[in-house]
Amino acid sequence: MGVATYIKDEKDAIKEVILQSGIKIKPVYTPEDLERIGFDYDKDLANPGEFPFTRAIHPMGFRSRNWTTRQYTGFGTPEETNERFKLMISHGQTGLNVAFDLPTQMGYDSDDPMAEGEVGRVGMAVDSLKDFEIAFKDIQLNRIGSGLTINAVASIMLAMYQAVAEKFGYKKEEISATPQNDILKEIVGRGAWIYPVEPAVRLIGDTIEYSMKELPRCNPVSVAGYHIRESGCTPAQEISYALMIAFAYIDNVVARGFKAEEFVGRFSFNLNIYGNLWETVAKFRAARKLWAKLLRERYDVQNKKALFLRGIFGGGGSGMTKQQPENNIMRGAYYALAAALSGAQTTALCSFDEAYTIPTERAALLSLRTFQILMDEIGLRDTVDPLAGSYFIETLTKEMEDKILEEMKKVEKAGGMVEAISSGYVQREVAKQAYEFEKNLQQGKVTKVGVNKYTEGVDMEVELHEHNEEWAQLQIDRLKDLKRTRDNKAVNESLKALEKTAKEKKNVMPYLVECCKCYATVGEMANVFRDVFGEYVEPSIF
Amino acid sequence: MGKRKIRVLLAKPGLDGHDRGAKVVAHAMREAGMEVIYTGLHQTVPSIVNQAIQEDVDVIGLSIMSGAHIPICKKLMGMIKERDIGNKLVIVGGVIPNKDIPVLQDRGVNGIFPGGVHFDEITTFIEENVAK
Repeated sequence: MGVATYIKDEKDAIKEVILQSGIKIKPVYTPEDLERIGFDYDKDLANPGEFPFTRAIHPMGFRSRNWTTRQYTGFGTPEETNERFKLMISHGQTGLNVAFDLPTQMGYDSDDPMAEGEVGRVGMAVDSLKDFEIAFKDIQLNRIGSGLTINAVASIMLAMYQAVAEKFGYKKEEISATPQNDILKEIVGRGAWIYPVEPAVRLIGDTIEYSMKELPRCNPVSVAGYHIRESGCTPAQEISYALMIAFAYIDNVVARGFKAEEFVGRFSFNLNIYGNLWETVAKFRAARKLWAKLLRERYDVQNKKALFLRGIFGGGGSGMTKQQPENNIMRGAYYALAAALSGAQTTALCSFDEAYTIPTERAALLSLRTFQILMDEIGLRDTVDPLAGSYFIETLTKEMEDKILEEMKKVEKAGGMVEAISSGYVQREVAKQAYEFEKNLQQGKVTKVGVNKYTEGVDMEVELHEHNEEWAQLQIDRLKDLKRTRDNKAVNESLKALEKTAKEKKNVMPYLVECCKCYATVGEMANVFRDVFGEYVEPSIF
Repeated sequence: MGKRKIRVLLAKPGLDGHDRGAKVVAHAMREAGMEVIYTGLHQTVPSIVNQAIQEDVDVIGLSIMSGAHIPICKKLMGMIKERDIGNKLVIVGGVIPNKDIPVLQDRGVNGIFPGGVHFDEITTFIEENVAK
């Protein structure tokens, strides 16, 4: 996915290249192209670390700081996950990126009938603070930051992260967590939603407001264009939708009487890499520039640091193929190269076996080594934004910027992002792109090596991560034990206080921390919200 | 009288929310002239079976990406037997390792389509195997 369309003549010479975002690439670029787009170094690029940050957010880029590597990790019970965390850290990984199983992501305890067959399968099972105590044992929470890949119940997980840190003796001011916490993209693309749009967005506003006051090193939201791209949209749409979603969250907090300047510096993004290299690099450069420019225009944000587009640029799963899976190792390396050329601050790769299941230890380590080779061996730390000044890249960056703005206008016309998602406009756009791409792939209009070209040869067999059915039982037993031994009176009181706050539409975060500390379960807390907020009803669009 | 269109219930069982495949296949089936009812996400097996009966479909299609295809299909096939709707064609798509294909076949799943399969393969399979 994500490859361009090529029109060739009968001799295989390329006549036309059309990127997925709809931009045509010329065979040759010259100074005339820069003239045509009105290129101005100070206005369009500026030095790294200077507005509009097209080149980089830090003046010294990777020279001053290597990127953070954060492979998505978690499976089975918290014990297995803790072991894998420690393994990755011992091999030089510098951050965590926690994968939760689907019941946890959907606010169900491991013993809920809805959880059957899913406990510990695609991530670790978490029912209560007890599980976090095991998962983060011996991890230095004041030094290692954790991405928490969870959305509908991100508020609960952020509260639990604070609770576990405090239990271990860290101060809440020194911990760094980045819950994904982007429910609008779940509704568009990844599907792990629970509550209706309005209260779901309010919960995100609560975490932002709370972090501002209590968790100064946490990044309460990681706006994930990544998953919308995975669902099929173009790179230009990915950035346009991500920025529009970010504005929706900003608006929620601004409506509470805060200035965007006070909190937007803690926003981060999760963006996707696969497909055409040039389109990817131009996308990230345009995204950094637009985020800074639009924050100034829309919200009058002046503080330089608050204008940084920070985040994880990660190799996307959609690029990986089930056919000839070892090819994915090479694909991953090129995606990592794209991340490096784009000035990614944090990065992760889908491992080569992920078209089958979650990665084995070996596959996860190969991904980590890919990053390390780039930075420590190949020279990607040598200079900041090495592609700057290229006639081609600068022209493409400008054209990408225009495309992104064009897509944003369409969303504005559809009533803004919240409305465009509620009405299904965005979902329809994404589904349309996904179908078109799949059709083009099947008709050979776009090429995927090993899928519709160079397909001969036997499919390689890969060793796969094995799911252990016993994990679910262990997890359920532990949950039963917990419910017997905890102070149930305190649990009930804390849940009642949570319910009251949710009904009054006040900030639920302090109450969630209290519930977590009493060992209330994820399911119990999520059900309080289910009762008060109701559940989202999905429009049927394909 | 025109021939009745083939009716398909395309379902996303379990908690997995990755619906790109389901939606793309739904679209392709519609293009192929079938009537497609897409359940949306987070469906339980009993609810899928009920919808299949209510909508009087010829085909039940499941899209599963989470790895839970074996327990889900086991449950579905059991319920299909229980409700005596074995005449409906059952097909499954998604992230399905090769070694699991015979396991699913043993459970009575008619067609298994792992990621990367062409639309034509799926629609032709349905047209050829649906109860006439």
